[in-house]
Amino acid sequence: MALLSNTATLLGKELRTEFRSRELLTTTSVFILIVLVLFSFATNPGTEEAREFAPGLLWLAILFASSLMFQSCFLREQVNDTLSSLRLAVSDPFAIFLAKLIANTLFLLLTEALMLPFFAIFYNITIWSQLPLLALVLLLGSFGIAVAGTAISAISAQARMRELLLPLLLLPLLTPVLVVSATVTGGLLDRQPVVQWKGIAFLGVFDLVFLTALWIFGQYFLEE
Amino acid sequence: MSTLPPTGLRFENIDKRYGGLFALRRVSLEISPGECVVLAGRNGSGKTTLLRIAARIVSPTAGKLSFPGAASDSSAGRPGYVAHTTMVYDELTAEENLILFAKLQDVPNPPVRAEELLREVGLYERRDSAVRTFSRGMRQRIAIARALIHRPSVLLFDEPATGLDPLGISWLARTLGEVNRAGCTVVMSLHGESEISALATRAVQLDAGAVVADTKSGAALRSILSFGGA
Repeated sequence: MALLSNTATLLGKELRTEFRSRELLTTTSVFILIVLVLFSFATNPGTEEAREFAPGLLWLAILFASSLMFQSCFLREQVNDTLSSLRLAVSDPFAIFLAKLIANTLFLLLTEALMLPFFAIFYNITIWSQLPLLALVLLLGSFGIAVAGTAISAISAQARMRELLLPLLLLPLLTPVLVVSATVTGGLLDRQPVVQWKGIAFLGVFDLVFLTALWIFGQYFLEE
Repeated sequence: MSTLPPTGLRFENIDKRYGGLFALRRVSLEISPGECVVLAGRNGSGKTTLLRIAARIVSPTAGKLSFPGAASDSSAGRPGYVAHTTMVYDELTAEENLILFAKLQDVPNPPVRAEELLREVGLYERRDSAVRTFSRGMRQRIAIARALIHRPSVLLFDEPATGLDPLGISWLARTLGEVNRAGCTVVMSLHGESEISALATRAVQLDAGAVVADTKSGAALRSILSFGGA
């Protein structure tokens, strides 16, 4: 119960500080739009080639935006050493991770919701018929990115070469979830849509495994 | 102020190493419940590291820390800690910060407790202002309020007078005196003598990470405090 109430309190704090400054949401939304616009010039919208590359580009844009998000996730706790005061206050340090993880997933999903209409327009792809399944893939994929990203953000925030360490650790770790997310999204956005349930199940398992690992080892990531 | 049975601190052969550098060497200290201990020593003598280990923010490389008499199932059993930084969120208001830390530590009726402390530290009029707009002294006051929010039975203060004006120092000495008389154990690092150091019932001097003097007697205590550790 303490874990849940601490998580809810910390999540409230994360959302309040973000919606007050809109720092992350503005940066990631603008960044993701720029990436989509730039990539759209590389292919001819509406062609088979564009349809083939679009899912990969979509997840690449999400990856870039999320790494911006994770860079500051734990770094902002170091400004006034608030991470120490949180560790002193919470009964279970997993609450700190859980709150940040949920907040990061929500911010990512919000950015994706803003981006999807532009993605559909720039690449001339109909997404509405597959929206519920696409939303499920975005949810599972984003959660997977957020769970690994939150953990790596905690580790790298305490390191000396933190700006370098985050992408260096994050990209290899996220390769499986990105490949599968892009493949499943590709299947859904095909002219004859295919639902790849195995891929969706893989994303669910990835999320569960990383969440369990974070629960078990998370407290060590927070130690000085 | 403290509602718990008094809690002490026991450091047993504490070592702390950062790479090859020893921040603390074989530190053993037994601090009785209700004592007011001042840690003195030069910069880099290990005062902050010892306090951070006592706050359980840093783990010792070797040795054992315990809190005799602490109620482990209660948030008040956790020490209240004031560090060099404020340990509060600049983007939140003074009131939001205190309510946040009160909620995290299961303090009953967080808004009421926050209001009580804001009045006590003299920040009630500025309760709706973001902490980033505060002066150094005001930031120190909110940091002290955060440490007191859960009515801890052990208080750890790292140079608590930093940034406070003479009135602030008098207020802090009064507040620390009150919590100490109520049974709260106070451990603080200080430089030089002041109204705050006058509360000390014991002084421990550190040098190069080791305890070099530990006294409760008046003259020796004043001698350590006046040295302060330049």
